[in-house]
Amino acid sequence: MSELEQLRQEAEQLKNQIRDARKNACDTSLAQAAANVEPVGRIQMRTRRTLRGHLAKIYAMHWATDSRNLVSASQDGKLIVWDGYTTNKVHAIPLRSSWVMTCAYAPSGSFVACGGLDNICSIYSLKTREGNVRVTRELPGHTGYLSCCRFIDDNQIVTSSGDMTCALWDIETGQNTTTFAGHTGDVMSLSLAPDMRTFVSGACDASAKLWDTRDGMCHQTFTGHESDINAITYFPNGYAFATGSDDATCRLFDIRADQEIGMYSHDNIICGITSVAFSKSGRLLLGGYDDFNCNVWDTLRQDRAGVLAGHDNRVSCLGVTEDGMAVATGSWDSFLKIWN
Amino acid sequence: MVRAAEKRSMAYRYKRHDAGSANGQSHEDNPNWMTYKKMEAILERMQDEQTGVCVRTVKSFMTKIPSVFTGADLISWMMRNLDVDDQTEALHMANLMASHGYMFPIDDHILSVKNDNTYYRFQTPCFWPSRSGEPENTDYAVYLCKRTMQNKQRLELADYEAENLARLQKMFSRKWEFIYMQAEAQIKVDKKRDKLERKVLDSQERAFWDVHRPVPGCVNTTEVDIKKACKNNKARPARISYIVPGGRLSPGVSVNDLHDPAQGLTQEIECYRRRLGRRWVKVSKVAESYTSYYEQYAEFDAFITPQEYANPWIVDNAELWDLEKTMKDLPQRRVKKWTFSIYELLKDPAGRDHFGKFLAKEFSGENLNHFLLDHNIFKLMKNDSYTRYLRSDMYKEFLNGTKKKSSGKRSLTLRIESRRSVLSLTNYSTKST
Repeated sequence: MSELEQLRQEAEQLKNQIRDARKNACDTSLAQAAANVEPVGRIQMRTRRTLRGHLAKIYAMHWATDSRNLVSASQDGKLIVWDGYTTNKVHAIPLRSSWVMTCAYAPSGSFVACGGLDNICSIYSLKTREGNVRVTRELPGHTGYLSCCRFIDDNQIVTSSGDMTCALWDIETGQNTTTFAGHTGDVMSLSLAPDMRTFVSGACDASAKLWDTRDGMCHQTFTGHESDINAITYFPNGYAFATGSDDATCRLFDIRADQEIGMYSHDNIICGITSVAFSKSGRLLLGGYDDFNCNVWDTLRQDRAGVLAGHDNRVSCLGVTEDGMAVATGSWDSFLKIWN
Repeated sequence: MVRAAEKRSMAYRYKRHDAGSANGQSHEDNPNWMTYKKMEAILERMQDEQTGVCVRTVKSFMTKIPSVFTGADLISWMMRNLDVDDQTEALHMANLMASHGYMFPIDDHILSVKNDNTYYRFQTPCFWPSRSGEPENTDYAVYLCKRTMQNKQRLELADYEAENLARLQKMFSRKWEFIYMQAEAQIKVDKKRDKLERKVLDSQERAFWDVHRPVPGCVNTTEVDIKKACKNNKARPARISYIVPGGRLSPGVSVNDLHDPAQGLTQEIECYRRRLGRRWVKVSKVAESYTSYYEQYAEFDAFITPQEYANPWIVDNAELWDLEKTMKDLPQRRVKKWTFSIYELLKDPAGRDHFGKFLAKEFSGENLNHFLLDHNIFKLMKNDSYTRYLRSDMYKEFLNGTKKKSSGKRSLTLRIESRRSVLSLTNYSTKST
């Protein structure tokens, strides 16, 4: 037997052992275990703010940690930093490339980042001495579009790309410190753990991967979805994460049990999910869909608790504030809405 | 007879966009593929001759309106046969299917559904988005040209269509003769069909174009997310290159190694072994942790529990945010949260400040930032110092201090009841728990 054949057999054997261990750990389902939890009742939210200003599809948004400011990116080639509370535009940043696909707010509030078809993650300083906003660093290196980026701090950012890899960057030096390779499809989204020591990525290979931020190792791979995973977000306690996919389902994966423990779907919900976020207690999972709605799921009992209807085109992005007081949705209709 | 005619394919008119065709995109790659299949499954039930929506030919004045159903009939069928909660949900689904062209109003270019006596028709399968692919501008030019060549009121162009035609005439000025000839050829074939058949097919063809060249201002449901468009148009190289100048890949692996399948497998095996070296926790146990996390944080989740201070987004008062930033007169609930995890403690500036003071006492002079710089000590702190902090007299006295301040006081607060936004002013005394 060739060396390659031996290796293949060994890999297969180990994969089976993992599969058996997972099965063994699956002694109940989340829905069963949570059967006695009181229902949350009907969740009805109203639009509290509509942010108007973009002239084309909105592709991404991200709340600042102050739960009041947010940044949005649109195909009109602009990054807008909003004071969501007053609806004022704090900054309107013209981009060098209008094909932007993602944006992020640094936890400090001093920087925003964006990227897209240019394959570059651009860092903008919001607090320059001159008082204007400008690019402070460009991070080239990916050989595919930039689908998502998230700051660890003012000097470190993680990116995901259509080149099937994720990367950790040192912003000061502009270097790619670590590359995370392993996905066999475009990586569409990533989410940092609360302690930032790990992150999860979702890709078009229908799998999610858990990575160690520092050493670049892939700790675990989660399968189950039947199509591209477009969105991914950690559960607030850092031990699980939710995904949204083109297969019209959201799923909850537990890291310690190493498997899917919940699925959020309905026969009448047939459009793909573009974005996902948890409420502060993790009890609610909000998902932005291609059918223009945002569905609110009861994470524990796995039924739909509410619908946010108000956009006239796809909901392309959404996010819950850190203080849990509101959720913002961004849409191809060019508007952002803030709800609670 | 009309149904049989519908089945006769009009596909000869539009190029088949199969795998390997001009736009290089096979249908299964279309990100909406699964959605189309689901809509079509519902559609087939709707079109069932026995149990489907009632489709009939309506007699009107001197003419017949073939093969129609009303919006009301459609919605009531959906309420009876699909698992929809209410009419809003049924209408949402109906509008979704109409916007993709699976059904359409016979007298309107705008693809929406109303729950009334408006007439609709089903689209013929060869025009379904899953089968027809993306048509070319030349096809559209032929279609509009054909409409202007027939002297029929129902075929008159709408303003936006006339504008489109003018633009196409400019675009294809050199081959307009060819387009004209195609239009003529199609009219010739159409003339052979019977009158009612033509009415149905004309409307179906129009609905097809309403999907692919929608009325200005209407949503174009054929638009694809640019990430997906990139994904499908890429020619995948046989070897994937990870060009990261100055960077390094996961340790022990170099760019060259990845091209070697043996190395890739070795890395995979290494990953599996590491996983097998760690334990699995049973689902019953982890499920417990989600319920208890929820119970601990439910009072802080504004979507579930009305909050103590009015939500700034609702009452247009940013007081809450100011209160959360203060370092004095902390509410008990906020200080209690510091016991949930070290992250909650460090997230709160007042928490950092107090914990910093505790550490200064413990380690005489060392400050919090010094510890945070080195992650090893951070871990130690997590297991050791943090726990001691929570058990310390310093913390307990601080917590009791907040209790003492608030017990017995009466305060006037705006409370937002549940989710119906009923405002009520309440006098209440904060109880000590």
